[in-house]
Amino acid sequence: MANLFIVQAINLALAQEMEADDRVVVLGEDVGKNGGVFRATEGLQARFGDERVVDTPLAESGIMGTSVGLAMAGMRPVPEIQFEGFLGPAYDQLVNHAARFRTRTRGSITIPLTVRVPVGGGIHAPELHSDSPEAIYAHHPGLKVVMPTTPYDAKGMLISAIRDPDPVVFFEPKRVYRAFREEVPEDEYTVPIGKAKVVNEGSDITVVTWGATVFECLKALDELPEDVSVELIDLRTIYPVDVDTIAESVEKTGRAVIVHEAPKTCGFGAEVATLIQERCFLHLEAPVQRVAGFDTVMPYYKLELDYLPDADRIGKGITECLSY
Amino acid sequence: MPKQVVYEAKIEYLQILDENGKLDEELAQDTLTDEQVVFLYEHMVTCRHYDEIAFKLQRSGRMGTYPQNKGQEAAAAGSGFAARKGQDFLVPCYRENAALFLHGLPMQNILLHWMGDERGNLIPEGVRQTPIAIPIGTQMLHAAGIAWAYKIRKEDKAVITYFGDGATSEGDFHEAMNFATVMNAPCVFFCQNNQWAISVPREIQMASETVAQKALAYGAQCIQVDGNDLFAVYKATREALERARGGGGVTLIEAMTYRLGDHTTADDARRYRDEKEVEAWKARDPLIRTRKYLEARGLWDDDKQSKLEAKAKAVVSEVVKAAEGIEAPTFEDIFDHTFAELPDELVRQRDTGRTSSIGQHPEQAGLRV
Repeated sequence: MANLFIVQAINLALAQEMEADDRVVVLGEDVGKNGGVFRATEGLQARFGDERVVDTPLAESGIMGTSVGLAMAGMRPVPEIQFEGFLGPAYDQLVNHAARFRTRTRGSITIPLTVRVPVGGGIHAPELHSDSPEAIYAHHPGLKVVMPTTPYDAKGMLISAIRDPDPVVFFEPKRVYRAFREEVPEDEYTVPIGKAKVVNEGSDITVVTWGATVFECLKALDELPEDVSVELIDLRTIYPVDVDTIAESVEKTGRAVIVHEAPKTCGFGAEVATLIQERCFLHLEAPVQRVAGFDTVMPYYKLELDYLPDADRIGKGITECLSY
Repeated sequence: MPKQVVYEAKIEYLQILDENGKLDEELAQDTLTDEQVVFLYEHMVTCRHYDEIAFKLQRSGRMGTYPQNKGQEAAAAGSGFAARKGQDFLVPCYRENAALFLHGLPMQNILLHWMGDERGNLIPEGVRQTPIAIPIGTQMLHAAGIAWAYKIRKEDKAVITYFGDGATSEGDFHEAMNFATVMNAPCVFFCQNNQWAISVPREIQMASETVAQKALAYGAQCIQVDGNDLFAVYKATREALERARGGGGVTLIEAMTYRLGDHTTADDARRYRDEKEVEAWKARDPLIRTRKYLEARGLWDDDKQSKLEAKAKAVVSEVVKAAEGIEAPTFEDIFDHTFAELPDELVRQRDTGRTSSIGQHPEQAGLRV
């Protein structure tokens, strides 16, 4: 066991998968010599060489498009897009090509790639470095979308993603890259894609969230009166969403609050709320509540904490839902 | 320090078989044998007939939109023949039928594709190519990636990717050229410059005099060839592929050719281009000049031609029969290749999509059935 931050757990997963499988290659802007701007790939080039840990030209469509080609040719590329705001130029290759090849070739050409993308706000970054576009990618058939929040999950889910036969968008909540350490087994293990995690068991209300807001929710729970029993679910995977874990919880509690950083309208919370309505309608005692980012452009960092759902806003959402 | 020239370049143009079927014997040395030219001529004629039948299938409502390949057969066949079947990899656009068939793609696949059937994109085991690419220019990055994998694995293989003159305006062309050259990936970029990107002529598409010179910005080698000249296309492509496999770098080949048909069956080229221009290019038709060459060498005559035409007719008729005779796709086919393993929600949608409006069993939602 080692006591690691998320970013170190990701590094360990990459190193172990590269060791185990020589088809795995890491590529992206500054991932080699510099070890990535967040140091997620630190030391990998020194260990595995510059043919397998590659500093690419500064071109996101190129990174994604050549990763599609590498995957077609039997490699297991793990490209990094430096910030989620730079997914724009890679969008076409990811959505119109990586996601569609299996379907359009009836399974004769497949694209096993894992694109790692730091995501979300809260680190005082420049513009286009703080967005939460997970719903956009969850909407596109053929992609799996995950967002682990703890070092243990990050390592296990990254290994699952790299071994997955289909393209996976692996969002890493950058705000908590170094928020806390956790014991992470040295051995390789997997955490399955498509399974949510109950972080805190409770009976009065269900809170569903993912990414860095898991920790804001935990803070909110601490601040609530002791007699309020909250079941907190870390979704971990956005698509395919684990509706069974959510439904089981809401059938028990009858109330649900969904929390995410992304803008409210068409955020993935809208999908979760609909699934709850479909599966738990007769169990609901209150409308499903959403606590989300606002439907605005992500503000520059002086106001980012006013934008992001915090413990106070989450607490209000829980209280309002409980008092309905 | 005085001003000095830090970079100079020249673009070569290669023609071996001219419009009258006259061969430059010296340049033609060590290119195509008589048997190979006959084989490729027969293949081009068959592909031309296939193209005409595909056009008719669309016009008679038996097939959807189709982009004719007419006039570009030598560019596709000559370059495809230069690539080693079963080893080198083809990443096409959609006017390279002649190259794809040479590399083992069943001829009915292209018809199936345009008949709206994804089984046309099913690449058989051992056939090394991607399906035709509909969006413009995106496939070049896939080619660069495949070639990059060959380099990493030190495999003696190369990739050739096809695109039109219009595609060189897309960012992906430039990113692909840059990635391929930076990685020294064994990749050949083959531009079928057919002069028109739907209605936009080359001189509006770009301010550069040639497509070929764009290679120089990326440190790639380049050549412009007569794209209707089987010999020039073959020679330039073979040399580029050999160089690529040997670690000698990336080449951009600009094949000067012409789209004799409309952009697709949904287009009417008379709206934007002069018939005189089309007539001038008809005289440079690769089939006509190859036939002239073969006849002059005593390798071809009218009798052989009529036999070939009858054979092409029979072959294409069988292909149409196969494409039209395939069993209808099933509802489940929509779902089954979305992922290697379908998530529960997709299984639900597949299994209930025809019996329930909401993609789940109504009773699950508490609805009375």
